[in-house]
This record gives sequence, C-alpha cells and structure tokens, in this order.
Amino acid sequence: MSAEPGRNGATSGSANGLFSGLGKGLVNGLGRISARGGGAMRGSANGSPNGSANGSPRNGLARSARYSAFSLLRHELRGSAEWPRAWRTHELRDSYDVVIIGGGVHGLACAYYLAANHGITNVAVLDKGYLGGGGSGRNTAILRSNYLTPEGVRFYDRSLELYRNLAAELNFNVMFSRKGHLTLAHNDSSLRTMHWRAEVNKLQGVDSSVIDPDEIKKLVPYLDTSAATRYPILGALYHPPGGIIRHDAVNWGYARAADALGVHLHQQTEVIGIDTAKGQVTGVQLAGGRQIATGTVLNATAGWSTLISDMVGVRMPVQTFPLQAAVTEPVRPFLDTVVVSGTLHVYVSQTDRGELVFGASVDPFTSYSMRGSLDFVEGLAGHVLELMPALSKMRLLRQWAGLCDMTPDYSPIMGKTPVDGFYTDVGWGTYGFKAGPVSGETMAETIATGRPASLISAFGLDRFERGDLVGEKGAAAVGH
Amino acid sequence: MIELPCPWCGPRNVSEFRHVGEATPRPDPATASPEEWRGYLYLRRNPSGWTEETWYHSAGCRRFFRLERDTASNRTQPPGVPS
Repeated sequence: MSAEPGRNGATSGSANGLFSGLGKGLVNGLGRISARGGGAMRGSANGSPNGSANGSPRNGLARSARYSAFSLLRHELRGSAEWPRAWRTHELRDSYDVVIIGGGVHGLACAYYLAANHGITNVAVLDKGYLGGGGSGRNTAILRSNYLTPEGVRFYDRSLELYRNLAAELNFNVMFSRKGHLTLAHNDSSLRTMHWRAEVNKLQGVDSSVIDPDEIKKLVPYLDTSAATRYPILGALYHPPGGIIRHDAVNWGYARAADALGVHLHQQTEVIGIDTAKGQVTGVQLAGGRQIATGTVLNATAGWSTLISDMVGVRMPVQTFPLQAAVTEPVRPFLDTVVVSGTLHVYVSQTDRGELVFGASVDPFTSYSMRGSLDFVEGLAGHVLELMPALSKMRLLRQWAGLCDMTPDYSPIMGKTPVDGFYTDVGWGTYGFKAGPVSGETMAETIATGRPASLISAFGLDRFERGDLVGEKGAAAVGH
Repeated sequence: MIELPCPWCGPRNVSEFRHVGEATPRPDPATASPEEWRGYLYLRRNPSGWTEETWYHSAGCRRFFRLERDTASNRTQPPGVPS
C-alpha cells in the first residue's frame, strides 16, 4: 500500500483504510485461494515484472505478494509494520506508445485495460498531483445504472458489472456494498420521470421499479414520509443493484494492477503542451522541460479537460463547475440504502465506517476553485433535515469540493477527435466515478483498435455538430 | 460565499445573482453557418483564469451586467460600462 494521502470524503487516513480493507480481504481472500489453489500464493521471489510466467496478463500480480488471508497472516507473524508499496516509481522513458493524462479512475482503468485486454504495456499515466486526487477521490462513491436513455443505461450497467467483479480481478478489496439506491420523487413530474426511467431500465434488463411511500418507509424508517412535510415524498425509483464503494481502493487497485502489468505511473508530472505535426500527435511537453514522444494521448482530466484539449486546438463543449460534499461523524449503522432527492438537491449514504456522506448539485457558477462554502452547508443541512429530521444532532466533520466537467446534455464526450492520436474521455460532470471501469475498458478498446467501442459510439464529440445529443439531464443532474 | 460588485447595487453576496455565463457574441441567425451557430450554442472558453461573464442580479436590481472574474481564485474586478 502506498502512502498516498487520501484527501477525500468518504475515507480519510490511508493507514486506517489499509486495515479495514485487508480485514475484509480476509474473507474474500479465502474464497479466492481455494478457487485458485496454490497459484494465488506466488511470492515476491518471482522476478518477472509482468508476472507472465503463466502466460496470462490477468494473473500478473506476482511482483509483490498477492493480498490474501495468508499474506495478512504472514505479515502479522513477521511483526513488520510497513506493507510494501503497492506500485513502483519509474524513470520517465523518452517515448511511450500511449500517454494518459490524468491519474484518476478513468486514466488508471484505461491503462489497466490497455495492458490486460490488449497487451499494450508501454503506457504512461501522468498526473500533475497524486493518483486519485481529483474527482476520483472526492466523489460520494455511489454506483448505479438506472439512467434515462438506453445508451446511458447500457453503458453504466456494464460499469456496474465490472465493479461487481473488481475486487477479484484486481486482487484489491474495493469494498463494494450493494445497498440499493432510492431516488425520491416529491412532485408529479419527477414521479413521471421515475416511471419513464423504470421502464427504460426494465427494457435494458436493469432492476428498477417505482415504489410507494409505505414501501420506502420499510426500507428507510428514518425518512419522513408523512404528507405534512414541505416536500412530501410521493414515491421513489428503487434500484437494488446500486450501492457504494470505497473510491480510494478503486484508484489504488487499478494503479497497483496496471503497475504490475508494466504501466508507468508518474505523479507530480504536469503536462504543459502537446506536440502535433500534420494533424497527428507526436509528443507531450512536461513542466520542467522534459519531452516524451508518443503517437497517442488520452485526455482523462475531468474538470481540467478543456485546458488539455486547448493544447491541441480541439474545442469541447465543457464547462467546469465545483461540486461540494460533506461527511458527518460516524454513528451506528441505521441507513442501508442510498437515498437521493433531486428536488431537494441532496443525496445521503452511510459508509461502512458509519459516517454519513452528503452531496448536492454543482455550485451555481463555473469555477476552478475547490473551496467549500458556508451557504452550501447551510442549504445541505436544511435539505437533509427535511428528509430525516432525526439527524438534527449529527455533527459535520468536514466538507470539500471537486471539479465537474459539465456538458450540455449531461453525457460524456468519449473517443476520437479531429486530431489523430488525441483521444478524449471527458465531460464526466457529476457522474464520472461510477463509469470509471467501463470508460477504461471502452477507451482501451477504442485506442487499441482505432474504432470507437460500440458502447460509446453515441458519446462522440461530433454529436454536437450533428445535433444528436444524448439527453441524460433527467437522470444525472442531481441523482447520484 | 463570494461577493460580486453589482454596478448598480454595490457589493452583494453571490447568492443574490444568477450566473448567465461567459459573454459570447451572438451571430446573426440569418447568415451564420451551422458551425458558427453550434459554437454559439455549446462552445465556451472555460479558462482557468480571468474571463468576462454576464451575471443577472435576480434578487436585487434585476439587471444584467458584465463582470470580469478569475475562475481560479473567484476574485472579481469592478465592471466596466454596463451592457
């Protein structure tokens, strides 16, 4: 485990997270070991950096010991306090096949799938800060696939499928809790949208249904479902496969697995320019004067994405808005469902540690500033108490903000651009974390094959020229 | 909470205002090409730094005005001639 600071909301200290992660890994690990036999216990003595001894890149985690019940036990018996770092640091090469700008969940996942699915391992992930320090470590870690358009539902459902198997695939406990996800409707028009979403979801094979206030009360007894409130709850879209996950673990798991397959991760490495010749990417320039030759660059920088695209002259319909969130002190478990209210601009979930995580809609004006504001907390507290009056004595521990790259239709911009070799995976607004795995998988396929993957063919930059937008506002504006 | 300098009302909390967005000149609908119109509808500079914006003082004088704001720090400069 690296000592990367976990500056984020749902989780704080990395040491603490290490233990909670591995403690749970004990249970997962037992099942995995019995399934894979002795192969799971290859030690660090195996010198192959790509772990290719068995010919399968998926089992490439041999460099450091696999995390398992045995490795936990062995570590304890040795009495060594420090775990080995989860990924290595490398010298920059002069050239890479693929340079991924942005070391968040999208960039790291793309690097991992490029190596694991397509055998492209000469890949660098560059981040001007630390891995998972942007939106990937600042989101509220909610996963769901109950979107409004068929394109959106298919796409996010594949992401949920990848998330379900992620702990086993990456050998890293990502602590996915499938708690179920409730989107409350407080007026007729949102109830109508819930029915619409439920039908689209069912058609795509996604478990979603509209339930009435009595059923909501059974799921979340602390919700005020009476008719006497300012915004009475008329019903909700219930989505059992949704839930929450530990976002740092997802970042670190992808980073560790990508590193084991030979990908280079460069933190504190800022890109200040992208070189092109005859409409083709030829390299990137780094702060400090270094240059890297490459024919392929992926822009996965979320809130900062227009600053990167401007370097090659590709203009994108993206505006950067801060999104704030807050977390309370931990309390006993009482809320085992994610509760979202679009009308009240709030979403609430309880983490495995007992903290309540609150989020809201984006701030009302564009900004690159990630400072929290008092009026946000005031509004948030009022809305939360409207839903759950019993929380009035809870104390907030901290608040923070992340940057969201909003598009006009609340759908991402993925795939090729007019500049050859310059790919984008941006426009992730307030819904990027839950799409991390599928974005990585589809962007890796797009880069490896040169053709947009079928799941993302609707999300190209050219849709704005054609006027062929994928309107997800009804399901993505506040509902996380 | 930041303060914005309204040219008519003076400094007020940002919660009194509505952010209209980057000042983008509107092309002539009769002669604009589809590309120009698309740019007007969707494309913004989205800079990290100083930019010129339109704001609406919805809870005050209910007038539109131009403002220069640094999007990285949210500092503002007093507006020039109201438009």
